[in-house]
Amino acid sequence: MKPSALRRAWRHCVAAARRMIGVPDYDTFVAHLRARHPERPVPTYAEFFRERQEARYRGTGGRCC
Amino acid sequence: MIAKIGWFLLALFGACCLGVLALRRGEPVSALWLVAATVSIFFIAYRFYARFVAEKALGIDATRATPAVLRNDGLDYVPTDRRIVFGHHFAAIAGAGPLVGPVLAAQMGYLPGTLWILFGVILAGAVQDFMILFFSLRRDGRSLGEMVRSEIGPAAGVIAMIGVLMIMFIILAVLALVVVKALTISPWGTFTVAMTIPIALLMGLYLRFFRPGRVLEVSLIGLVLLLLAIWLGGKVAADPAWASAFALDGKALAWMLIAYGFCASVLPVWLLLAPRDYLSTFLKIGTVVLLAIGIVFAMPDLRMPALTRFVDGTGPVFAGELFPFLFITIACGAVSGWHSLISSGTTPKLLANEKDARLVGYGAMLMEAFVAIMALIAACVLDPGVYFAMNAPAALIGTSVESAAQAIGHLGFVVTPAQLADTARDIGETTILSRAGGAPTLAVGMAEILQSLVPGEGALAFWYHYAILFEALFILTTVDAGTRVGRFMIQELAGLAVPALRRTESWLANVVATLLCVGCWGWFLYQGVADPLGGINTLWPLFGIANQMLAAIALTFACVCLVRMKRERYLWVALVPTAWLAICTLTAGWRKVFSGDIKIGFVAHARLFAGELDQGRLLAPAKSLAEMREIVRNDYIDATLAAIFMLLVAAMLVFGARAALAARRSRVATARETPYVALSGAAP
Repeated sequence: MKPSALRRAWRHCVAAARRMIGVPDYDTFVAHLRARHPERPVPTYAEFFRERQEARYRGTGGRCC
Repeated sequence: MIAKIGWFLLALFGACCLGVLALRRGEPVSALWLVAATVSIFFIAYRFYARFVAEKALGIDATRATPAVLRNDGLDYVPTDRRIVFGHHFAAIAGAGPLVGPVLAAQMGYLPGTLWILFGVILAGAVQDFMILFFSLRRDGRSLGEMVRSEIGPAAGVIAMIGVLMIMFIILAVLALVVVKALTISPWGTFTVAMTIPIALLMGLYLRFFRPGRVLEVSLIGLVLLLLAIWLGGKVAADPAWASAFALDGKALAWMLIAYGFCASVLPVWLLLAPRDYLSTFLKIGTVVLLAIGIVFAMPDLRMPALTRFVDGTGPVFAGELFPFLFITIACGAVSGWHSLISSGTTPKLLANEKDARLVGYGAMLMEAFVAIMALIAACVLDPGVYFAMNAPAALIGTSVESAAQAIGHLGFVVTPAQLADTARDIGETTILSRAGGAPTLAVGMAEILQSLVPGEGALAFWYHYAILFEALFILTTVDAGTRVGRFMIQELAGLAVPALRRTESWLANVVATLLCVGCWGWFLYQGVADPLGGINTLWPLFGIANQMLAAIALTFACVCLVRMKRERYLWVALVPTAWLAICTLTAGWRKVFSGDIKIGFVAHARLFAGELDQGRLLAPAKSLAEMREIVRNDYIDATLAAIFMLLVAAMLVFGARAALAARRSRVATARETPYVALSGAAP
């Protein structure tokens, strides 16, 4: 496997692991902000993570038994 | 053509494996037959039945834009790779349920549980998850409650909401009870589980201040600390002074869990709740994979018979015959109403295309059923005598290995006192008797399987406590996160009457609602711990009925939706499982309330104790008149609860039938879907 393919696979695994604990992909979010809302400030990863962490436990959404 | 032959051969192979399992009598069968049968049957179900449901019954449209595409905000609504959504969805639905139910059901032998898991998941569980996910996809990712309200009516919506809140309390109580049963007078287990609190606090602080957002590295640190805690636990258990400090009885543990649930859900989430959640999610996935590898490489034999005589309802683990009680004992794993909440939660907001719903909705549930099959294998590789010693209540087998071996001999299984004492010593505990609740049994089974992969001095004890820790960790995560969710639900409901309670940012409203929530599940937990029959006996059937009730509600909604979409031709896809679940929950509920058998019927049990109480006599296991009164009162509360569950199902069936008939009379489709937008025309 080429190094670039390996790196892509690793990034994919990291994104999957983060998604499992309710953290969306940061790069996707930044790309979305830049494309659609260029006037808004881009949060750092730490700020982004903190906001998502709070959001995961805010509502009445459940998890399983 | 070649593909067709391949599928045909796979079907033949699966049928042969199942035949071996069903027909072999008297000699042990390798667990690999069970794994092979399961895997081939699931592949065929996914390829043929799931595809039929997707293309014919639901009419999945790959050209239609999903909520993730239409409302893409990069945060809640994000079109995501389907493999990542699959992982997310599986992590959200997998919990302790599929690990406990099959272990309890093993008392009837491995065959009834296996067949119900296999056919239940294919025809009911996976269909429910898939359909609810699809309906939510077509409705902007709305929740089950909102969808029921808009398609069936506001009254049905309230029923669903009350149902969800009640099942929540029962789930939290019964899961907390599983942890209490596993840790009672177990210094090693109690120490390692207690250590997860400082470890989580440390991880929380690290994530907040030292390396913000570095989840993976902090989880690795957490894992290393956990393994250290297990090792240290062995030292603690070996030291008499330390061991006595951590040897706690059930009641003390129950109070601690209640206090923990309260604190964890009131504290800021980043400190305790979130880091613990991360650790338990990764540990859960890792351990499931480890167990699968263990079973395939260790190839253990199933020592439990295919069928035991306890299919007649006289079993010591739970009371009641195969029908209907097997079908409520194994709830998660075959079909779980709770999943309908997940399928209409975050997941529909992530799918990039409707056609991915088959893999995520149907596929992830097949995976969960596979976990249930592995739990069943772990329970059935144990010596049946050891299995019954671990799961029968003390009232039946006494508290010494001699009395237990004798009582189990009467049940028809051979086990020597030395064998029971040796097993306890090998796993580093003082006793294995009457450790009901599934977790310890599963842990011994897992330890035996994993030990053959990584053998060594003391390996069995290490793996046993690893398995206990793994279960306790994610059960406690469910308890604290569930308490928090329950608190929000209470605030929502109570806010209708007292608007001040609705303010989630108010500290007082927060504490009041949390206390209410903890009080509700804590009450059931304490009652279960104090119950001399082991508590699981009483609470697990209530949990099963509640969970299957929710599944019946979700599937009724699916039926109504199919009629409203004018797809009545395929109504049977949802109607068959709805009918089956309604029959099971209503029969089980009826028997739990009205059965004359005091082992099953709450009212009969209450009457017996009330009668003796009037005469001023004591009846074992009660030791005082006050305890007698308590037993009577608990029985009536449990009976009321079972009756309420039945009423909720019945009311939902009536509302559903009415809505479906009204939709049938209409000439056009009346389903309230969001309007069609072509995928290419959607915003990028």
